Amino acid sequence: MLNVSIYRYNPEVDAEPYMQDFKVDTQGKDLMVLDVLEKLKAEDPTLVFRRSCREGVCGSDGMNISGKNGLACVTPLSEAVKKNKLVVRPLPGLPVIRDLVIDMSQFYAQYEKIQPYMINNSPAPAIERLQSPEERAKLDGLYECILCACCSTACPSFWWNPDKFIGPSGLLQAYRFLADSRDTATEERLANLDDPFSVFRCHGIMNCVQVCPKGLNPTKAIGHIRNMLINSAT
Amino acid sequence: MANIRTMSFDAVIVGGGGSGMRAALQLAQSGYKTAVITKVFPTRSHTVSAQGGITCAIASDDPNDQWQWHMYDTIKGSDYIGDQEAIEYMCQTGPEAIFELEHMGLPFSRTEEGRIYQRPFGGQSKDFGKGGQAARTCAAADRTGHALLHTLYQGNLKNETTFLNEWFAVDIVKNADNAVVGVVALNIETGETVYVKSKATVFATGGAGRIYASTTNAHICTGDGIGMALRAGFPVQDIEMWQFHPTGIHGAGTLVTEGCRGEGGYLINKDGERFMERYAPNAKDLAGRDVVARSMVLEILEGRGCGPDGDHVYLKLDHLGEETLNAKLPGILELSRTFAHADPVKEPIPVVPTCHYMMGGIPTNVDGQALTIDKEGNDQVIEGFYACGEAACVSVHGANRLGGNSLLDLVVFGRASGMFIEKQLREGINLKDASEADIEAAMAGLNRLNGSSDGEKASDLRTELQTIMQNYFGVFRRGDYMQEGIKKLEELRPRIENVALDDKSNAFNTSRIEALELQNLLEVAEATAITAEARTESRGAHARDDFKERDDENWLCHSVFFPAEKRVGKRGVNFTLKTREAFEPQVRTY
Repeated sequence: MLNVSIYRYNPEVDAEPYMQDFKVDTQGKDLMVLDVLEKLKAEDPTLVFRRSCREGVCGSDGMNISGKNGLACVTPLSEAVKKNKLVVRPLPGLPVIRDLVIDMSQFYAQYEKIQPYMINNSPAPAIERLQSPEERAKLDGLYECILCACCSTACPSFWWNPDKFIGPSGLLQAYRFLADSRDTATEERLANLDDPFSVFRCHGIMNCVQVCPKGLNPTKAIGHIRNMLINSAT
Repeated sequence: MANIRTMSFDAVIVGGGGSGMRAALQLAQSGYKTAVITKVFPTRSHTVSAQGGITCAIASDDPNDQWQWHMYDTIKGSDYIGDQEAIEYMCQTGPEAIFELEHMGLPFSRTEEGRIYQRPFGGQSKDFGKGGQAARTCAAADRTGHALLHTLYQGNLKNETTFLNEWFAVDIVKNADNAVVGVVALNIETGETVYVKSKATVFATGGAGRIYASTTNAHICTGDGIGMALRAGFPVQDIEMWQFHPTGIHGAGTLVTEGCRGEGGYLINKDGERFMERYAPNAKDLAGRDVVARSMVLEILEGRGCGPDGDHVYLKLDHLGEETLNAKLPGILELSRTFAHADPVKEPIPVVPTCHYMMGGIPTNVDGQALTIDKEGNDQVIEGFYACGEAACVSVHGANRLGGNSLLDLVVFGRASGMFIEKQLREGINLKDASEADIEAAMAGLNRLNGSSDGEKASDLRTELQTIMQNYFGVFRRGDYMQEGIKKLEELRPRIENVALDDKSNAFNTSRIEALELQNLLEVAEATAITAEARTESRGAHARDDFKERDDENWLCHSVFFPAEKRVGKRGVNFTLKTREAFEPQVRTY
């Protein structure tokens, strides 16, 4: 039997959060953490978590799994269990709504701040805008972000300044548009980021890189933005 | 009791996936007060899981490609019960809709010329089936759905659409004229119930693959729109037509794109034989999905399946080389390593046909207006009610959808619905207000659930339902089995209607949502079962052991399921093309 310890908090019932212990029969299988949560929910329907695609592309089930942020649906027990124990908590640093569900408004607000959409005011051609495979390759490692918030909620700089520091996820998306040969708003985008907090609160701790379930590298993207900001200032 | 808050909009879209967000974008761009009700944050919708691409004759791979060839393929693929007028509209308008997405920033993969990369998919041909395999599926690596969904969300942010994220639509509100005037919806975070009033209500609620035990579909694909429509007394069309995707990962159910076979991968049995050469000598592994899925099941049933239990086959990709796989199918490498513990660079992926797509749905015209059938058998528009995407049956997929056509369906008909509603709003929509009693009626199901005092667990009942559907209504179907399945569903109904809700709390109560979803699943399952039993022929995805042939004399038509009487009626297929003479039914071979 696997020992599972889960963060519980229902604002209507609990004065404060607590860790609840469960035992789960995994039948020796290397289940995903999400499978374990589903088993537990079948027993205790009051347990609450988000989930959708169960294959690591929708970004719903970001949570803190035995100390590391990740997606429950693609984290196998073999990676998460230590000494026969699995510990599941909500992603850190944002308010908890209930159990493993956090309030992500601050995270989304930072995403919206970077104008996460193509800006190109020149008249569109009758077909697609052309882009070479080399230009398109610059978007690889950027556009795949699933907005799961594993990175930003693992970032101490985001914990301190969630309202002012864009955070790794938002900055990765900022660079996704800066790097796109079809986007023409580079100056405007850089001007919007040019303050002491939006980008420069990144101290290169690289927790974001360590936890990203899609293997993306926000620190590298932030480095590119820094260079662009410095170059545009001179 | 009906004393709940009202929120008013010009248009309300239920569902934040591809079709819903495309419709919302259209309306928000023209300045109408538009809201999207979505039970998950929009980019968590199931469109995100689409992999291989979006099929459309943009003439990038082949400069001489024609949308008419795509139209021919789609009609043939539908086994001739796709509406030809709708298919013509989709294939002809498609390129415009794709280029709009590209202009919005969708990061398509590219050709050396800088155009959008297109790959071959199943059922594609040049020159009306005479010119060999076409490559017509526009791709962003193997993450096209993700790229498309995020681009649409971004477009909606730019145009300031109102999002009611993590709100669950419970039931349709109808006025005294039986017109749809909004929905009752539940704010999941707070538990508040609100009447969301609207001049136009668009159902873009996606599919319901979760009626089956084994599905590529996300947990959230529970047919909420279909359930609501049926409870409101509106009919559904061709709901017996369920696509089983040939390549779901054995055991896990996760999708492996048809693009794998498009890029040169193929299926093998336990003897290492490329068996599709026997079943479809020309198209082989790129025959229609229904054809490939059935061939796989036959291989397994005849003892040539792979693995210790002989219950799956293999998808071989290693011969394509690591470089190609990394460039073209990076997401598949990730999924296979995670869920099949197989590295496609070195070894084949264990796959099995898995429930994937609902061809049927709410019948609509090309403008997205939902239809019912009057006593004389004529189409009748349901005022105020629209549907698009997988929830709708417009019908471009008929009895079998071609790969890459679902994403095109989403954007083309999301867009078309939006444009039509725009026009109607401009001309003025005047629907009678809902009375207290009308709103009360839409609250009845939720109130009953909230008052439940005993009953069985939702998770147990759901498993039971999924097992029935899997066992009695799978790839191959037989009358006596299906009758048994229908009986079992009948027994299940009162138990599901009486499902337990022990947790009555308000804050993010997902038990309540799962109980409501279960009731929607039941509606879809029952409609599927009764209609499947009634269609006494084999066509497209509907394959019967007791009626092995297609029966054009009796069944070259849509089925229509009427929920009040649980009756199956028929509706004519549209054979009127604007640009040429219609395609007459042919024997369908690949």
